[in-house]
Amino acid sequence: MSHEMKHTAQRKLLSRTFIVDVEDRPGTLNRVVSLFRRRNYNIDSLTVGRTERPGISRITLVARADDDIALRIEANLYKLVNVLHVEDITDAPSVVRELAFIKVGAGHELRSEVLRLCDLFRARVVDLHSSSLTVEITGTQDKVHRLIEVLRPFGILELLRTGAVAMVRGSMRHGFDEEQLLAESSEEVAA
Amino acid sequence: MLAPGTSDTEAQQAAKAPAASSGKRTGAQVIWEALLREGVDTVFGYPGGAIMPTYDALPAYPVHHILVRHEQGAAHMADGYARASGKVGVAIATSGPGATNLVTGIATAMMDSSPIVCITGQVSSGAIGSDAFQETDITGVTLPITKHNYLVTQPDEIASAIREAFAIARSGRPGPVLVDISKDAQQATIQPEWNLPPIRVPRNGKNGQVRIDELNRAVDLINASERPVILAGQGILKAACAPLLLELAEKTGIPVACTLLGLGGFPATHPLSLGMMGMHGEAWVNSSIQEADLLIALGMRFDDRVTGKVSTFAVKAKKIHVEIDPSEVNKNVKVDVALISDLRPVLEKLVDRVQFRDHQDWHDRIHALKGDSAVRDILTLPDNGRLFAAHVVNDLWRITEGRALVVSDVGQHQMWEAQYYKHDHPRSLITSGGLGTMGFALPAAIGARFARPEAEIWVVVGDGGFQMTACELSTCAQEDLKLNIAIINNGYLGMVRQWQEFFYSGRYVATPLRNPDFVKLAEAHGLTGFRVTRRAELEEVVSRARATAGTAVIDFRVEQEDSVYPMVPANADLHQMIRRPRPLIEASDEP
Repeated sequence: MSHEMKHTAQRKLLSRTFIVDVEDRPGTLNRVVSLFRRRNYNIDSLTVGRTERPGISRITLVARADDDIALRIEANLYKLVNVLHVEDITDAPSVVRELAFIKVGAGHELRSEVLRLCDLFRARVVDLHSSSLTVEITGTQDKVHRLIEVLRPFGILELLRTGAVAMVRGSMRHGFDEEQLLAESSEEVAA
Repeated sequence: MLAPGTSDTEAQQAAKAPAASSGKRTGAQVIWEALLREGVDTVFGYPGGAIMPTYDALPAYPVHHILVRHEQGAAHMADGYARASGKVGVAIATSGPGATNLVTGIATAMMDSSPIVCITGQVSSGAIGSDAFQETDITGVTLPITKHNYLVTQPDEIASAIREAFAIARSGRPGPVLVDISKDAQQATIQPEWNLPPIRVPRNGKNGQVRIDELNRAVDLINASERPVILAGQGILKAACAPLLLELAEKTGIPVACTLLGLGGFPATHPLSLGMMGMHGEAWVNSSIQEADLLIALGMRFDDRVTGKVSTFAVKAKKIHVEIDPSEVNKNVKVDVALISDLRPVLEKLVDRVQFRDHQDWHDRIHALKGDSAVRDILTLPDNGRLFAAHVVNDLWRITEGRALVVSDVGQHQMWEAQYYKHDHPRSLITSGGLGTMGFALPAAIGARFARPEAEIWVVVGDGGFQMTACELSTCAQEDLKLNIAIINNGYLGMVRQWQEFFYSGRYVATPLRNPDFVKLAEAHGLTGFRVTRRAELEEVVSRARATAGTAVIDFRVEQEDSVYPMVPANADLHQMIRRPRPLIEASDEP
């Protein structure tokens, strides 16, 4: 058992959210995922998509880690050449959302009850059949989790979750900034 | 961090194009010209189908290609070349089995932070993914054992990929980079573009900077410490900081212990030198670390072979960690002060600000710890005519006046080498530390031969490891190389046998070896072989081997069941060492 694994086993691990800007190139996602597998870090969820800047994708990554592991996750991500920027936004004021589809095996007799519960969660019905209905919900992971628990007694036929996407609140732009990087490297030279 | 493009020397400029300095090139020609632009004049490789266009273009370029006998050897040679010179080593192989044979060498370079660039041929781009003949997804295979890798299928991407590969290999904490180039990209003709944008190499985040308050704390801790020890790792050699380390130690009077890969970073014969730490470190070194109140760790990573059981490692000591790779900080051992940086700027600042302190009590204590070890030291025992590996290594040190470049393999002989060859100079020991790759020594020494043509090179290798890559004797013969090879032949896979003796009730499963006649093996290659069975023969044979024009192989028939002492069992407390047993010491007193 490696030391890393022991740490993981013994310490209390909290869910932490990272935003990771990467070059949009073949294999980049593989490199990120491979790092987590190899170092035995636990990924809760991972989403990836294009951003407002061409050639740059944003990964939102939720992992279980304590402070030390979180720092090493950041450091190890930075060692990947295609990784441009890493930020642990767990403690930053941020909007975090995920989307889930829940197919519930509820026929006529239970449908109104399910719809009432969905209403409470502001979930929408996106598909309806005689013996089932499919619900779409967007919200925090906690909210999605709670709706799932509420619907479970009705019989969940199929469930899909996207994993979280997160954005820090406020007018400042987060993520990779080439100009800031250039400024930093000239500071380093000056120091 | 933006690194400037490589600027060419005039010689490199002149060497560049075989024909006109401008004009169209094949991808294969671009490969060689890109290598020349990085200052490459020596490559180690093995041809095959998917890399043939590149080999076909080679004769027009001033590059010495060393034909190896197995691609693993090419990777180790590039690694040995890099470790001996500080430059980037280059290995070339074909697709499929050629590329996969590099893997052990790449992993070895990764673990020991050695900068190499491996160029592999790949099947033509149209065939990629079709399980074509000799197709392997080598970028997938090497993903976790390279700093970075590239799959290049467009000829106009070759130049930038190779340039980036070199920049990444040598930047920050160095390491291997692989560039996989499809056969059609090598064959295509393009107008190469050499005016390339700046290279982006991996950078640390905001947590990877030296903070001034941390630096101040380090200075305060050093100046206040009563029982400090400096732990010097390979970073000292990589950053070329041996003179700064010497200055730091002498200015403060702090003793220095080295990791296996750090040996040579501090003169072993210096009064402040403690020696090697860790599993087979000298007892006084490990005891000093356990009793220390401050550890100053420089360019080392608290490997499990260094710390023993982590929870009991140096519990009384505050720890300062100066390290270029932020992911190493607080990984194995929790430290009090982390200075994440190249060693040089930090050492310069520390040297400037630390004060001398009289550590006489501490030195007296260490001296007392040494006294006990001297009694048990095999070197102090009277010569009983038998040949002990420790004697062989110590005699080699004495005869070569400590000036040789020693390349050791992995196992018992490696530890005896580290204990009994006193390395005073940086880059005077090359060995596989992190991965512990048997078979590393001979090919790594061939690589070192090309990096340091003036050096006297000794390969110290076990009979097991030697046979893993002994085919490279042919490479020595074909290239007319002068190496001295000392086979520490005990007829066992000695380190595993030792563990079987200590921890598996002496059941020697799969460790006894029936070896070939190494003298005849050398002669079969057109090289010179010698045999030494008694210590009295050693000096004369060694001097004849040194005087031999080509590679000389000496088969040292050493004591078969000797063990490396002291030994910290895996995951035991660092000071709980198995010492050389007294009965054996007394027995060996008898004639």
